[in-house]
Amino acid sequence: MNMDMVRGHVLICGGTGCTSSGSEALIKEMETQLKAFELDKEIKVIKTGCFGLCALGPIMIVYPEGAFYSRVQVEDIKEIVSEHLLKGRIVKRLLYQETVEEDNIKSLNEVDFYKKQMRIALKNCGVINPENIEEYIGVDGYKALGKVLTEMSREEVIDEIKKSGLRGRGGGGFSTGLKWQFTYAAEGPDGKYVACNADEGDPGAFMDRSILEGDPHCIIEAMAIAGYAVGANQGYIYIRAEYPIAVKRLQIAIDQAKEYGLLGKNIFDSGFDFDLELRLGAGAFVCGEETALMTSIEGKRGEPRPRPPFPANKGLWAKPTLLNNVETYANIPQIINNGAEWFSSIGTEKSKGTKVFALGGKINNTGLVEIPMGTTLREIIEDIGGGIPNGKKFKAAQTGGPSGGCIPASLMDTPIDYDSLIQIGSMMGSGGLIVMDEDNCMVDIAKFFLEFTVDESCGKCAPCRIGTRRLLELLTKITDGKGTMEDLDKLEELCYSIKASSLCGLGQTAPNPVLSTLRYFRDEYEAHVKDKVCPAGVCKALSRYVIDREKCKGCSLCARQCPVGAISGTVKSPFVIDQEKCIKCGACMNACKFQAIYKK
Amino acid sequence: MKSLAELEEIRKRAAAGVTLRKEENGIRIVVGMATCGIAAGARPVMRAFVEEVAKRNLENVAVVQTGCIGVCRLEPIVEVFVPGQEKVTYVKMTPEKAQKVVAEHIVNGRVVSEYTIGAAQ
Repeated sequence: MNMDMVRGHVLICGGTGCTSSGSEALIKEMETQLKAFELDKEIKVIKTGCFGLCALGPIMIVYPEGAFYSRVQVEDIKEIVSEHLLKGRIVKRLLYQETVEEDNIKSLNEVDFYKKQMRIALKNCGVINPENIEEYIGVDGYKALGKVLTEMSREEVIDEIKKSGLRGRGGGGFSTGLKWQFTYAAEGPDGKYVACNADEGDPGAFMDRSILEGDPHCIIEAMAIAGYAVGANQGYIYIRAEYPIAVKRLQIAIDQAKEYGLLGKNIFDSGFDFDLELRLGAGAFVCGEETALMTSIEGKRGEPRPRPPFPANKGLWAKPTLLNNVETYANIPQIINNGAEWFSSIGTEKSKGTKVFALGGKINNTGLVEIPMGTTLREIIEDIGGGIPNGKKFKAAQTGGPSGGCIPASLMDTPIDYDSLIQIGSMMGSGGLIVMDEDNCMVDIAKFFLEFTVDESCGKCAPCRIGTRRLLELLTKITDGKGTMEDLDKLEELCYSIKASSLCGLGQTAPNPVLSTLRYFRDEYEAHVKDKVCPAGVCKALSRYVIDREKCKGCSLCARQCPVGAISGTVKSPFVIDQEKCIKCGACMNACKFQAIYKK
Repeated sequence: MKSLAELEEIRKRAAAGVTLRKEENGIRIVVGMATCGIAAGARPVMRAFVEEVAKRNLENVAVVQTGCIGVCRLEPIVEVFVPGQEKVTYVKMTPEKAQKVVAEHIVNGRVVSEYTIGAAQ
C-alpha cells in the first residue's frame, strides 16, 4: 500500500531522554499492536527527535487529533491502539493534563510550556523522522542550499548572514557573519575547511545533542551552505562518542545526503563539491575549545594553543577553517529561506533570534525550550518551566555551565541575551540552565563546578592546572568549616589572576562560578566561615543531626537504622546521637515516626 | 541532486506525508467508529475516505474517528466539518457514497443532500 493512504501518525520521541525512559520498547509494542488490530497499513509510526518536555517522557503524539500522551508505558499501548486508533476514543488518563480543557484537547501551542516558545533551531525536532531524508525535504529541507547554489553569490550569502545579526550559540557570542567573512577573505590556496563543534560538554546542556538527534539534515545543509560561502569543499563534525544516538543518526543522514546528491560532487549542477565526515571525540571538556577541538580532529592530543592566529586564518592542518556550533548552524537554512530581515526582527537589539536552553535542576518541566532573546528568566522558570517543585522557593539559576555564573532571584526580570548576562556576571554559554532552590548551598555549587574544571583542565598552562586546584582547596576548606575571612579575599584574588593569565577559554572562565556566587551570595560564604553554619544544610561538616528530647519516645527505631551505631539510649527514654561517630547520612531522620530528629 | 525542480518534486511527494502533523484548521471528516458503527460497516467507509482524499492529493483534510454519535440505527455515520460552516451529518454511508461525498462536498463544496440525516428522517 502506498504511504499516502495513511490516515494517522503516531509520533514517538526517540531522543536520548525518552529512549532512556523506554521509548524503543513502546515503538516495538506499537508496531505489534497495530498489526494485531490490522491497522498497520493506515497508521504510521514515526520515531522523532526531542519534543522538549523530557520530564514527562516517554512522549507520544497522535495526529491528526494532536493528542499528546505523556509517561506512556508498554502496558498502555494496547489501550491506545484499541481505543484511540481503532475506535477514535482518546485515552484521557494518559493525556498530558495541561492539554486537557473540559472535554476538549487544547492545541499544543496553547499549553504554557510551548506558548512562550518560538522554535527556529528546534523547528523540526519532534516533527519529522530524522532518519528519513524525504521527511526533511518535505518540510522545505535543502531548499536553502538549492537557493544558495543556484541563485546567490558567495558574497551575497555572507552578507545575508551578517545582516541577520546571528551570533555564535556555543559560548562567546561572536558574530557568525563576520566569522564567515574572515574565513572567506583568508588566503587558502591549498583549500579551506568548515567544521561543526558538537562537543557539547557543559554539565546539564543537551540542546546540540537534541538537534543532531532530531534534525541532523539541517546541520548538513547549513555546513554545505557555509562551505560554499567561505570556499571549502570538506567539512568535519566533531561530536563526542558519548552521544551514540546522535552519531548514528548523523551518519545515516550523511549517507542519505550523499545518495541524493546533496553531498558530493557538483551539487545542484553548480560545480560546487562538498563532503562531510564525522570525527568522534573522547569527551574531554577542553575539546569544546576551538583550538583544542581542531588539534583533536587532526589526531593529536586535544590541547589548546594561543590565539591569534585564529582558525579563520590558520585552523585545521594550518588552513583557513570556519568553526561554528551546532545550534548556530541550525539557524542558517531558515535565515536563507526567510531572509535576514525576518530573523533580525526576532530578539533584542544586539541579540537576534532565539536561544535554546536545557532546563534542569529544581524545576517542574525539565526539558528543552527555545525562546526569543530578551525573554526574562522569570518567564522561563515560572511560565515555561512550571515553577519549582514541592512549593520551594527559587534561589538562583546557573547559566553557562562551568564557565557561567549564578543569577539570583533579585535579577529574575533580567532579559536573557548575550550582553545582559555578561553584565550580571554570567554568560549565555551553550545554554544549560540549572535551577536551584532554597535547599541548594551556593558554596557547594561553586565547589561542584570547580571539581569539574579541575578534572577537565588539560594541564597545559599553570594558571588553570594549579590555580583551579587551589581554588577547589579553598572552597573545600570553607565547606569543611575551616575557612577564614582572609580565605574569601584570597579566593577572589586568585579568581582574577586565573582569569587574566589562562591560555584558553576553559581557564579564563573557570573562576566564574566562584566569582558570581561570591558576588550574590557572599552572606552564605560568610555564614560558613564566621558562624560555621551551612544555611541550606548541605555541607555535611557543618550540619548536625540532633534528637529532640521532648519529642523522642525512646522507640529505638533510629538506633536500629543507624549504619555506624552512633545512636544509643535505653528504650522508652530519649536517645542521643554521638556526633563523633555520626556520618550525617540522615537515615535516622527519615526513620523517626515522631519527627523527633532534626538537622541543624 | 541536479536541479531545484528535482528537489521540488521530492518535496511535494514528501510533504503529503507530513501535512498530517501540522496543527491547522482544515476540513475534518469524522467517521463514527463505535461498536455500532463498525458493525454497520464503518471501517470500509473510513478506508474509502482515506483513499479518496489521498488519491486527490487533498491537503488540509483529515479523516478522523469518533465514538458513537448516538443514532445507531443510521450508522455508519460520517460528519463533515468545514471551517466556518455548519457541520453536515451523512448517514448509512457506504464506500461508494464516501467517494461521492469527497468529490462533491469536499472538492466542489456542494453538500450531497440525499445522504444527509435530514433526507433520511
